[in-house]
Amino acid sequence: MPGLIGKKIGMTSVFSVEGKNIPCTVIEAGPCVVTQVKTVDTDGYEAIQLGFQDKKEKHSTKAELGHYKKAGTSPKRKVVEFNGFDEELKLGDTVTVDIIQEESWVDIQGISKGKGFQGVVKRHGFGGVGQSTHGQHNRLRAPGSIGAASYPARVFKGLRMAGRDGGKTVTVENLKVLKVIPEKNLLIVKGSVPGAKGSYLIIAQ
Amino acid sequence: MDLIKAAENAFLGEQKELPQFGPGDTITVHYKIREGNKERIQNYRGTVIQIKGSGLTKTFTVRKMSGNVGVERIFPSNSPFIDQIDVNRRGSVRRARLFYLRGRTGKKARIKEKRF
Repeated sequence: MPGLIGKKIGMTSVFSVEGKNIPCTVIEAGPCVVTQVKTVDTDGYEAIQLGFQDKKEKHSTKAELGHYKKAGTSPKRKVVEFNGFDEELKLGDTVTVDIIQEESWVDIQGISKGKGFQGVVKRHGFGGVGQSTHGQHNRLRAPGSIGAASYPARVFKGLRMAGRDGGKTVTVENLKVLKVIPEKNLLIVKGSVPGAKGSYLIIAQ
Repeated sequence: MDLIKAAENAFLGEQKELPQFGPGDTITVHYKIREGNKERIQNYRGTVIQIKGSGLTKTFTVRKMSGNVGVERIFPSNSPFIDQIDVNRRGSVRRARLFYLRGRTGKKARIKEKRF
């Protein structure tokens, strides 16, 4: 799956030709530098490692510095492996947003916004109790029963309960590419993508 | 933020010249309505009570009294369905959002005309 790394800039909306107001996300995609070429001979599988956005040398370990020096680039903040690029990529090559065509479809992966400790209604979409009158009180968003009694005499593993929500890797599939602006490295897709503004995204074709 | 502007600029078609107006002004919005294949223009006249947002997402709210019921309609400023806007009356107001009009009717809901 070829692709590149991007950064979420924010959302806006545009009018289509028919006059529809379309919500869209603006992504700064690339330029990414090839930081490692993995082959079957050396690594057991084929992959291209891409790096995105510079970081300071003082924020990098010596091991990282050596790795990026080999590719002849500065240290990178975000590094992701891809494969299946059309052209043969060498160490130090750059991949830009040009590889994505307008009107095509992409999958975008990011880390969703952290929600903290949440109850079952928000976290798992439970309905809650549903009645706020008829003598019911203080159980409006409770999970209800979590199992039977003396048999099995335990709560099954994996039962959906309250807990940490968000902050997970989420992939949104088949987002339509509305526009590609190569001069500014911008990619505009229809709809929303996971994560906060400024978070890193993996854009796969 | 400027990257979002750059992205919005890429979508800007030909811009229609709309007159300047602000909160308190009475305007008439000529809005295109599509019914099946036919297109007709509907006029909506009222007081601008709010202007919100920037760039392509800018909107304005127009309030009018329809009979004795208040009606508010939000128009996207860049909507291709807006055919024309006439400014009928410039109002003199001291705030940007005139939500206090919602609680008033009749003579109390009047806005003084701006004097130049």
